[in-house]
Amino acid sequence: MSDHEYTPSSKFGKWFNDRLPLLTLGKHLTDYPTPKNLNYWWTFGGILTFCLITQIVTGLILAMHYVAHADLAFGSVEHIMRNVNYGWLIRYVHANGASMFFLAVYIHIFRSLYYGSYKSPREIIWILGMIIYILMMAAAFMGYVLPWGQMSFWGATVITNLFSAIPLVGESIVTWLWGGYSVDNPTLTRFFSLHYLIPFLILGLVVLHIWALHVPGNNNPIGIDLKKPSKDTVPFHPYIVIKDLFALLIFLIVFAFFVFYSPNILGHADNYIEANPMVTPAHIVPEWYLLPFYAILRSVPDKLLGVIAMFGALFILVILPWLDTSKTRSAIFRPLYKQFYWFLVADVLILGYVGAMPAEGIYLLVARVATAYYFAHFLIILPILSRKEKVLDVPLSITEPVLGGAVSASAVRQKKDKL
Amino acid sequence: MSEKKVKRREFIFTATYAVGAVGVGATIWPLIDQMNPDASVKALASTEVDISNVEKGQSITVLWRGKPVFIRRRTEEEIAKARDVNLDELKHPEKDEDRAKDPEWLVMLGVCTHLGCVPLGDKGEYDGWFCPCHGSHYDTSGRIRKGPAPTNMEVPKYEFVNSNIIKIG
Repeated sequence: MSDHEYTPSSKFGKWFNDRLPLLTLGKHLTDYPTPKNLNYWWTFGGILTFCLITQIVTGLILAMHYVAHADLAFGSVEHIMRNVNYGWLIRYVHANGASMFFLAVYIHIFRSLYYGSYKSPREIIWILGMIIYILMMAAAFMGYVLPWGQMSFWGATVITNLFSAIPLVGESIVTWLWGGYSVDNPTLTRFFSLHYLIPFLILGLVVLHIWALHVPGNNNPIGIDLKKPSKDTVPFHPYIVIKDLFALLIFLIVFAFFVFYSPNILGHADNYIEANPMVTPAHIVPEWYLLPFYAILRSVPDKLLGVIAMFGALFILVILPWLDTSKTRSAIFRPLYKQFYWFLVADVLILGYVGAMPAEGIYLLVARVATAYYFAHFLIILPILSRKEKVLDVPLSITEPVLGGAVSASAVRQKKDKL
Repeated sequence: MSEKKVKRREFIFTATYAVGAVGVGATIWPLIDQMNPDASVKALASTEVDISNVEKGQSITVLWRGKPVFIRRRTEEEIAKARDVNLDELKHPEKDEDRAKDPEWLVMLGVCTHLGCVPLGDKGEYDGWFCPCHGSHYDTSGRIRKGPAPTNMEVPKYEFVNSNIIKIG
């Protein structure tokens, strides 16, 4: 990359850039060589950045009208909905924005799984992404508590009680988290404080995530290392910028559909009942994006082991680069991995479905099988595939198979020999 | 001579780290402990309940420290059922005699020991309580019989002030 050679054209620009090289950074970002075969699954990074900014901006506004107090919170949310100018719009964008954020992040994660973007040399990008994902879940959970409805209250009770499973110190930790002997006003105010903090932690981590990405550069659908810049790359601006913007536009159509036509479909009616510590709703369910983990928690009959399994399901993703050691990144060239990838997608969807159902009978059985398969995928199938799978020939570059009209490396090599 | 100097320097380093660690710990502790229950929360430690209107087979639920407390006036049948159980069958063996000082009155935290939901009364396979969240069944003594909850529902500290008033906490 030719960053250090960059000199701003104007005199002031040069003066400024010598003191703080922001213009060099801007130049690096616009010129950043990007693989030219990136498909639309690669546009979700940009979409996620948009989601984060949307949540921060709408959240900042909601905090101007919201009151973090057990007696006033529920009323203040209704006040936002009815009295504040465009309050309904801003709150619906924030609430549905969380769901859209998770929708985008799941696509982003599964794209990484399909094309092997977590593999060397991109492990740190992957781990940073997982930390962001975990923080997102914490922020979403605490945000859901703030309206102080029945689901807020009982969701908070169930999730904080997970920590009581820790031997010896569990109860003290839960009391410490609550600031009392049950979920109450001290819990609400601290959740508000942390809910405000986490998005900025995420923003910082996103900067690191992108920084770490710009060291090796993007992975690409065929998962090969590229020479940069070369015939295989295009500059980020305008090529990727315009593609990302187009994808964002399509994404916004989906987003707007939820906000304007079914703003409550992803929520629970029980959350329009004010929190009541005496009555638990008949059927407690977390938000859709947490359902697979909830299903794993409930599928284990022991309290401590259930909690361990749930957190283990997350942690196992963090160490994924060391479980799947196959040198071939893209599933395109891994016929067996490709099948197991789709099994995993189906497995996670099934877990999500049974997580929304009562934990009994056939649902419980399905949840147990799906939980076992989830762990087997990462702990048994991937390590075996890494060793045994016969992978297809991987092209040497993005350009060669296209120009040569052949996909396989050997065909390209033959072509080369003829020339 | 030089050897002695090195030792002295190492001592100073170690002493500095140690004092520094204590200082950092002492500084962080208030930042952590502020999240524990404050004086106003602790002040609500006990509550008195009038039970004179509770008939046999009825229960009332009162709020104590933000948590529901079940006070049930049990029928003869329920008491007999709770006392007839073989302790070996229990996941968390406790005698009913130890849980209910006065067999007629069962006082316990109405909080499922699994993840903290409020179980529903007169329900479940053991005619006691049933937690709708993750399906734990409790018997007429509030003991866990089936489901994911690890222990029996907790019996708080309580006493009969007189025959009509129970003081919890």
